[in-house]
Amino acid sequence: MIARGPSPAVPRLLVVLALVGAAFVLLPFLALVWRTPWDQAWSEITTPEVAAALRLSLACSLAATVLSVVLGLPLAWVQARLEFPGRALLRGLTTLPVILPPVVGGVALLLAFGRRGVLGQWLDATTGVRLPFTGLGVVVAETFVAMPFFVLTLESALRSVDTRLEDAARSLGASPWTVLRRVTLPLVRPALLAGAVLAWARALGEFGATITFAGNVPGKTQTLPLAVYLALETRPEGAMVLSVLMVAVSLAVLIGLRRQWVRAL
Amino acid sequence: MHRRHVLALLVAATTFGMGGAIPSARAEGAPIPVFAAASLTEVFRAMGDALQRAQGVATTFNFASSSTLVQQIQQGADAAVFAAADETTMGALVKSGHVAGAPAVFALNRLMIAVPPDNPQHVVSLEDLAKPGVQVALAAPSVPVGRYAREAFAKAKVAVPTGASEELDVKAVLTKVTLGEVDAGVVYTTDVRAAGNRVLGIAIPDEHNVIARYPIAVLRDAKDAKAARAFVDFVSSPTGRDVLAGAGFGLP
Repeated sequence: MIARGPSPAVPRLLVVLALVGAAFVLLPFLALVWRTPWDQAWSEITTPEVAAALRLSLACSLAATVLSVVLGLPLAWVQARLEFPGRALLRGLTTLPVILPPVVGGVALLLAFGRRGVLGQWLDATTGVRLPFTGLGVVVAETFVAMPFFVLTLESALRSVDTRLEDAARSLGASPWTVLRRVTLPLVRPALLAGAVLAWARALGEFGATITFAGNVPGKTQTLPLAVYLALETRPEGAMVLSVLMVAVSLAVLIGLRRQWVRAL
Repeated sequence: MHRRHVLALLVAATTFGMGGAIPSARAEGAPIPVFAAASLTEVFRAMGDALQRAQGVATTFNFASSSTLVQQIQQGADAAVFAAADETTMGALVKSGHVAGAPAVFALNRLMIAVPPDNPQHVVSLEDLAKPGVQVALAAPSVPVGRYAREAFAKAKVAVPTGASEELDVKAVLTKVTLGEVDAGVVYTTDVRAAGNRVLGIAIPDEHNVIARYPIAVLRDAKDAKAARAFVDFVSSPTGRDVLAGAGFGLP
């Protein structure tokens, strides 16, 4: 058993700075909760527009998370395991949306998947599918900014896996697919979940790429962050209530996941 | 290597030398922070340049929808002058006690339908915007041009297009049109003019159109009220009025 006495030689400055750091993050939330007109909260949340924005936010962010895992898992694996020319460049480019201003991402998406975009034009002509101003467009914008968070998390985990375990499985006759499914993925499970949660959180809060690429159509592409921004201009109290709602939803999911599965977070 | 350093020094010396050579009444004064409606972007940039040339006074601009700017000023943003695209948003700021003196209307504007140059849906009037299959962008109802546009739809007895994207300011509406992502958007005539041949303007008849009135005011919390007043006076001076008229604004 490990004794949990006062830990020796704690640098006091470190503790002070940690407290400042925690306060810096917590104060805005406390101010938000403090200033929110709670008597209006229920009537605000139950208006049809807000209910629609909340539904849309949850549905689109979950879809974006699924898409991020389906496409991001193979991408992370290829980038971590395969040697090929231009790998470093590919790794840099696929994580670009992490540092790119989301509005720039939205413009780039328009130029690619917009109605007059390189691919969008073709998509429209062959299938009649148009992404801008549709829920599908919201999912595309959210996936674009969220997937790199999943890829980054999973890739670094894949790189730190002891490959001798995979070699052992292979030498015992397991197929590459079985090795991936039975050895590699279980080993990186915490990172897999942490990456998915990060991607989901990023998708839920997405604003810039969404409004640029998918527009702001109430009931169709107006997610909760967009609704908050517009409400701020007409009814700031409403915006505060919506902000608290977003914080609550995010916190509930983060705490729930952290407790149950995501030790790595 | 050495030559490049010498060149850099030379450039620096010339730049500093030039800076010192410009006769300036208040060269050491901080630039005047002007908060202005998005539709004033081009004309106020020109206004700032003209003021710099005429009096050596520098300005910095914050362009956004008038409603966003009101929010920012009420939350304590450092602004000396506010120019809005309607009297409703300015009124909100007067009511909250942020304006010094009475706002004065300095420019007028009108609405226009902007379509991509090839006008894919053959839009000729507001009625066409309500047709199914026509993708429209409007400014949000809290934004002046969004409210004006809804007034125009009401005057023309046309339903506001369902599925219209509600953009954050008039320039965002214009961008969606220039990129060809929407078939039409309702903006100001001055925006169509500023966009040049990237969009086509479809006139809205007078009986359906709306006259947008632009008020300007010095703010109570302006750090340098005299400089702020100088900018406001310049906007309504003969030079300022020429700049406005040149950009297509009407004059009160």
